[in-house]
Amino acid sequence: MPTVLVFCEVQDNKLKKASREALSIGRKLAEAAGGDLVAFAADRAAADDAGRYGAKKLYVTNAGGYNTETYTTAMQAAMEQASASIVLLGGTSNGRDLAPRLAARLNTGVASDVDRLEWTGGKLRARRPVYSGKAFATVEISGTPAIATTRINAFPAEESGGGAAEVVEISASLDSKTTVVETKVSEGGELSIVEADIIVSGGRGLKEAANFSLIRDLAQAIGGAVGASRATVDAGWIDHQHQVGQTGRVVSPNVYIAAGVSGAIQHLAGMSSSKHIIAINKDPEAPIFRIADLGVVGDLFTIVPALTEEVKKAKAH
Amino acid sequence: MNSVVCIAQVPDTETRIKIGGDGRHIDETGVKYIVSPYDEYALEAAIRLKEKEGGDVTVLGFGPDRVQQALRESLARGATKALHVKGEAGDADSLGIAKVLAAAIKNLPHDLVFFGKQGVGTDNSLVGPMVAELLGYPQINVVTHLDAAGGKVTAHREIEGAEEIIEAATPAVITAQKGLNEPRYASLKGIMAAKKIAIDTKSIADLGLAESDILNQRVTVVSLELPPEKSGGRKIDGSDPQAAAKEIVRYIKEEAKAL
Repeated sequence: MPTVLVFCEVQDNKLKKASREALSIGRKLAEAAGGDLVAFAADRAAADDAGRYGAKKLYVTNAGGYNTETYTTAMQAAMEQASASIVLLGGTSNGRDLAPRLAARLNTGVASDVDRLEWTGGKLRARRPVYSGKAFATVEISGTPAIATTRINAFPAEESGGGAAEVVEISASLDSKTTVVETKVSEGGELSIVEADIIVSGGRGLKEAANFSLIRDLAQAIGGAVGASRATVDAGWIDHQHQVGQTGRVVSPNVYIAAGVSGAIQHLAGMSSSKHIIAINKDPEAPIFRIADLGVVGDLFTIVPALTEEVKKAKAH
Repeated sequence: MNSVVCIAQVPDTETRIKIGGDGRHIDETGVKYIVSPYDEYALEAAIRLKEKEGGDVTVLGFGPDRVQQALRESLARGATKALHVKGEAGDADSLGIAKVLAAAIKNLPHDLVFFGKQGVGTDNSLVGPMVAELLGYPQINVVTHLDAAGGKVTAHREIEGAEEIIEAATPAVITAQKGLNEPRYASLKGIMAAKKIAIDTKSIADLGLAESDILNQRVTVVSLELPPEKSGGRKIDGSDPQAAAKEIVRYIKEEAKAL
């Protein structure tokens, strides 16, 4: 009876999207393996949501805010109590920080940023993008438990119709050599490209830093995040956290709008798994058109503002 | 302030990836190897600390003979010592690599151990935190700002939509993010000086480790594939911005089911 344990994170009393997605694929693996789905969180508020996505139990610790060392110890305790065979963590900053630490402590295998998972022949198989998405590796994890971090937006979040998870308190040492002194929220509380369903990206075609306002206006109207090509980040037009592609983030939103992005190989690698790609570029030969589902050959300086207005109208209906 | 900087040597980011004959590795024919871009920020941070506080910067690499080139480049930029652990790192998984590096680091002078936040290519982001765990050190991951002095390190960690300011006792592991600094190029003087520094070499056995443990993979690559070629979709003329905007909105609503 292999048990699947999912690391959950709570924000505003609700489970983060990454956690809901990890629970959803975790439930499928538990069904395939004939085992149970359980969850871990540092907040009891997760019990309703965790249950709604299929978790039978929620292991809760009083560790407070995220801290690598205290969470490693608490997760280790939950893994032991649950006798977990599979451990999944949504691919947030914290999930990616914690997974390798756990794997090293338990001398087991871990796969990062996976976009497919299956339980086959008593082992966990995962597919993960390598070379920023220029290739995909299928890996098999041996060692118990098998650990994986799931790529955000790769697994749909699906409720199971279950009731609240049974809360099981676990105590773990709160010793740590690190202290989080302060958390500074980015200006304007901008949506992160990693979590966004829609990304509007700007490239060198914007000509100068100030013109990123066109991209920001469209992103705001449509409810998406602002992305950027490496060239614009290197030119200092926008902060690195917006960079899509190799040496930036690999993203797979539902809708990706690229304006004035020519489509260097490093950029294409980072966004080509997006579900619907729209490109606006004045050069009909730009490589971005090779992967765009809808390509618009034209001037971004007139099309993007028109699109922003059109989106506002559509939203008003 | 002594630092160890772990250097990964990876295929140039311009590389067009081809799958090798075994269907599990890339075809290395004609691949140019570079220092993993994030490691350059790690190295620069260590060199700046050395310039301020004194001490040594040791660059450490695990892999075949070609790794010496990456170490030589790092010396030219300002590292003071280098250790090359020889072995087929490509046959080890992340934890195997972390065990080799952790064993090597124990014998090197260090207050801080630096990595890039990920090795570009394999994109695992695993080895740094694994080394921290194996050595019992705190870790600060994806760092965009760093101060270290007097047995303490303060760093800014990038998270979704925010930044955490974290303090840790040294020794500690730091993984560098783009934006931490602007890495310098090697100067001619640096290149000449680097030629006089001997790169120390060790085998896995010299570190007291069994090759069987390092190469006994907990994660094995079953297959490596290229993504399906996208054919490209519809292309429309955008000379009428209003019409183009209407078509994009229709596409987003009807086909992407968004808005």
